[in-house]
Amino acid sequence: MTSVLFDVPGPKARRRQRLGTVLGGVVVAVLVGLVLWRLGSNGQLDPSRWAVLFDTRTNVPQRLLEALLNTLQVAAVGMVAATVLGAFLAVGRLSDHVWVRVPVTVVIEFFRAVPLLVLILFCFLFLPQVGVSISAFGALALGLTLYNMAVLAEIIRAGILSVDRGQSEAAYGLGLRKWQVMTSVLVPQAVRRMLPVLVAQLVVLLKDSSLGFIVGYLELLRTARSLVETLNFQFGPIYTFQLYVAAGLIYIVVNVLLSQLAKAIEKRTDRSAKVAATTAVDMTAGTPPVAGDTQRV
Amino acid sequence: MSFLADNFPLLRDAFLTTLALTVVSGLLALVLGTVLVAMRVSPVVALRGLATFYVETFRNTPLTVVFFFLAFGIVQIDLQFPSRFITAVAALSLYTAAFVCEALRSGINAVPPGQAEAARALGLDFRQSLTTVVLPQAFRTVVPPLGNVWIALAKNTSIAAGFAVTDLTATLQRLANANADQLVLVFAAVVVGYLIITLPSAWGIRVLERRLAVLR
Repeated sequence: MTSVLFDVPGPKARRRQRLGTVLGGVVVAVLVGLVLWRLGSNGQLDPSRWAVLFDTRTNVPQRLLEALLNTLQVAAVGMVAATVLGAFLAVGRLSDHVWVRVPVTVVIEFFRAVPLLVLILFCFLFLPQVGVSISAFGALALGLTLYNMAVLAEIIRAGILSVDRGQSEAAYGLGLRKWQVMTSVLVPQAVRRMLPVLVAQLVVLLKDSSLGFIVGYLELLRTARSLVETLNFQFGPIYTFQLYVAAGLIYIVVNVLLSQLAKAIEKRTDRSAKVAATTAVDMTAGTPPVAGDTQRV
Repeated sequence: MSFLADNFPLLRDAFLTTLALTVVSGLLALVLGTVLVAMRVSPVVALRGLATFYVETFRNTPLTVVFFFLAFGIVQIDLQFPSRFITAVAALSLYTAAFVCEALRSGINAVPPGQAEAARALGLDFRQSLTTVVLPQAFRTVVPPLGNVWIALAKNTSIAAGFAVTDLTATLQRLANANADQLVLVFAAVVVGYLIITLPSAWGIRVLERRLAVLR
């Protein structure tokens, strides 16, 4: 554990830090204990209450699994559609033609500025009025797509701009057309470079699918709610806490897995980029490392 | 148009609620996020672990779930927020603090190590070098990411509508049900309400970014 922010601790400082660690640990333990004690005295830790989550006879695990699939389904549709549309919008915003650039910019800025929930409600309430019938799934997927395509467009645009200028110059030099330079040289590199940020945004999209709760799409949260209502009706309000905890935990597990995937991809692309750029590394040897590389935590 | 005039007080109140939600939770999140980032870079292992756990948990939980816990979950540990508004503020600031912490941490990592080393060489201790040398510079480099967090927060306040806070989105739902024939107007009014918050913010952030940028 080294850091420029503090010295390598001497014996006194080490003792102080150990004391701090122990005290901090005690405070955390007391807080956790307090919460557990309150939960326990309210009967929330009763194993039979948690057993309902794994009891197939009550239909709870099946419903939760189905809800997870629903969540993943709407998120997957949103992810694919938003990424594809986002790539097109990013290219459009970088276009040389004003009549393409300006409308695309307006579209991107508009959808970035409007809250996702308002977009979803718009799809859900307004589209049926003008004769487009749309399900809760459709409204949710469309809202997620519209919002995230704008965000992803900005991410991909930043990626395209960060690709070395020599790349596009070389491509033009080889006689490729503008469209070819974009699709076969710039966008692939931009997407690879921006992959960690892209995946982070996809995690956000997955989290945002919980807004389906408000338009009545049976995703995880909505299912947990409806399960709570049915079970409360049968047994009284004893499973509320457990079901919400379960829904929350499922979200955390899925999102952490996605984030880990992002990290793994980042490491991989890092490595292949380094292997490809060994000559460049030789040239920069002797200059100090980039500030961002220095791990301080 | 008479429709908008009729409902103006309603929309104005809703707008003010949204604005209040954004500002209050933004300030709280900034304070909490700064404390968290100080914990995340501190030499004390327990604090570091706690902050990391906090950030990872809240970053991977949907805001809606956080709202759920604060609205219906904490009753189980015999706590209760005095009002719906305060519940919403608590959920928004707890959630946003994790993102503030991450933004600030990226800023701290971007301050050249030489700065901290020089501060250490001058004899400043951990707290002094953090508060007088590293954090002031970190705050400057993180204006754009912090700005994005702020704008995201302004938009996230709309989720409070699902939990009985009468903000712009809640008013949208209410007016949309009552005036189905004026739906476009209702949406336009509400969207303008959000744009009044987000567009000047985006502009202000750009100005601030240019004024504060550290030339390296």
